[in-house]
Amino acid sequence: MGKIIIDTNRCKSCYLCVSTCPKGLIKKSDKTNRLGDYLVEFDDKNNECIGCAMCAKRCPDMAITEVYR
Amino acid sequence: MQQVFSIPKSMKKDFRYTFCPGCDHGVAIRLVAELLDEMNLREKAICSTSIGCSVFLYDFLDVDCVEAPHGRACASATGVKRARPDKFAFTYQGDGDFASIGLAESMHTALRGECVSAICINNTTYGMTGGQLGPTTIMGQITTTSPYGRNREYYGYPIRIAEQIALCDGTAYSARVALDTVPHINQAKQALKKAFEVQVQGLGFGFVEILSSCPTNWHMTPQEAHERVRNEMVPVFPLGVYKDVTTEKGV
Amino acid sequence: MTDNNEKVLIKGNYAIAQAAINAGCQCYFGYPITPQTEIGEYLSAEMPKLGRGYVCAESEIAAINMVVGAVSTGVRAMTTSSSLAVALMQEALSYAASDELPVVLVNVMRAGPGLGYIYPAQGDYNQSVYGGGNGDYKIIVLAPSTVQECIDLTYRAFYLAQKYRNPVILLADGLLGQMMEPACFGENPYPEVDVSSWALTGAKGRESRAIYSLGPNEKKQIQHVYNLFKKFEVIAEKETTYEEFQTEDAEIVLTAFGSMTRNIKAAMKVLRDKGIKAGCFRPITLSPFPHKRILELATEGKNFVVVEMNMGQMYKDVKYSVEGRSEVGLINRPVGEWLSVEEIVEAVEKLMEKNYAASIQYS
Repeated sequence: MGKIIIDTNRCKSCYLCVSTCPKGLIKKSDKTNRLGDYLVEFDDKNNECIGCAMCAKRCPDMAITEVYR
Repeated sequence: MQQVFSIPKSMKKDFRYTFCPGCDHGVAIRLVAELLDEMNLREKAICSTSIGCSVFLYDFLDVDCVEAPHGRACASATGVKRARPDKFAFTYQGDGDFASIGLAESMHTALRGECVSAICINNTTYGMTGGQLGPTTIMGQITTTSPYGRNREYYGYPIRIAEQIALCDGTAYSARVALDTVPHINQAKQALKKAFEVQVQGLGFGFVEILSSCPTNWHMTPQEAHERVRNEMVPVFPLGVYKDVTTEKGV
Repeated sequence: MTDNNEKVLIKGNYAIAQAAINAGCQCYFGYPITPQTEIGEYLSAEMPKLGRGYVCAESEIAAINMVVGAVSTGVRAMTTSSSLAVALMQEALSYAASDELPVVLVNVMRAGPGLGYIYPAQGDYNQSVYGGGNGDYKIIVLAPSTVQECIDLTYRAFYLAQKYRNPVILLADGLLGQMMEPACFGENPYPEVDVSSWALTGAKGRESRAIYSLGPNEKKQIQHVYNLFKKFEVIAEKETTYEEFQTEDAEIVLTAFGSMTRNIKAAMKVLRDKGIKAGCFRPITLSPFPHKRILELATEGKNFVVVEMNMGQMYKDVKYSVEGRSEVGLINRPVGEWLSVEEIVEAVEKLMEKNYAASIQYS
């Protein structure tokens, strides 16, 4: 079981985390940043996150600020 | 639950990267910051910054920084290290800075075996000025100053930096890594650690060339850009350790 | 060689090198070029004995950037070079002035433009005082005229650089560099300067520091330039130095800088013997330039004759300083053999006929 925290203020909508998460738990959000780009959100209803931190390591902007396992 | 990832302490509080979306610079700087934390180097680190997309480094890393003119970071770091041999001197440069305008300074710093660590981000173009042909632009690549693609007649050939630096007797460590996948990011961190260690151990020049994407100037999505790193750059710039005096791996 | 009070017969280049050691220069970075190579040779032997830094740099560009790196950590460091190679250092000088870093650069001038060969000359007045780097910045420029002054002004260069956090150029010439004269090292008369408020030593127990010139916004960049110039006003107020001989009753004031001063002093005596009331004036700091004193002398009605080994570079500053209140003549030769006492006397007499508002050029 794991958990991630996303700081949407840092997110630049590159979506590298979306394609990196091995469980597909990060997806495009309906919300946008101030430039109008769609942000990402962590969607883990079934507690699938394993806390591998690959998303945080991939994110170029450290928008995934915390990962727990 | 245990925290397995946090923002490194060597990053400035409330830093805000000025890079384009998907740019690998952010990852490289994070790796540097993590190592400064893990190796307990932050309080004795003095960074010689460079010109290009990396110019705002002093706004991101929470270490002492001195600005070097374009290409002169290795000379500046030489001065820092000679003046304060007990400090940790490192540079963070782009390929244009390190291998074009600053090639003499970079090469001679390696030849002298200065105990400094140098990091070179190779994205095959001049990013800050909008994607012109650089020393690492690969054959056939279209840039704003090679609109018909790089060819021998007009532009000559790209430089393989890690191999060249490995040829210098004063080099203690030279490697090329990439940031296109998470396993590669992990390897990159190991290489950077080694380049830092050889300085701390006083063995000589530590160098890492990092293959990095430039989605904006390559006109690609960040995902496509990483595929280009894999499919087009790595065949020209093979990943690997080209010199490591701690394992007696020469060229 | 030690810092004692004994007089020694020593070459200008060696004097500068030893004075740098006495002044606490921790690192030397240099690239060979005639006529200053002895400085690097001397220090390559002495610095390792003292456990100090020495690098045979790959180029002058690298050398001065090594100095920039070294001085940013709070130590004293210098590089030395000559004319055409100092041209290569202008980018870093502009950076150092903007970054407020205490770079010390010795320029032992030779001929120019271009390669210029190794004849002595004074053609780098403009390069030093007005700079070849980009943007608005100012550098402190000291011009010695004797080997003794090479020592004294080297001490002063290191002190002023750190005191004002400003690059300093010691502008010597090939004649001084290669000439032997009796001189005395004495003790470095200047105190240590506290650099702890800005030097980069690692962010231990304090906030991290960054030394850079890039203005994060236009307003800050504008303010930065104003601040640099305000600082230089203080330097001009406190540090402008010059030397005068017999200007009190003088009708004409022979003006020169550096080693050319030696011959104007001798020419002054000859002219006085001939009944011409001549005096001498010599700026020791070429930047800040003693505009004020020259204006005072001009206001008293004294005419100036500038004698220099270039096409009239300092001449323009003297002309600017007199504000039209008196005449300024020029005696010059662009490079080569120093203007002799006879040549100067002869030219002054010719200039008198033209009321000093002319130039006499020797080839």
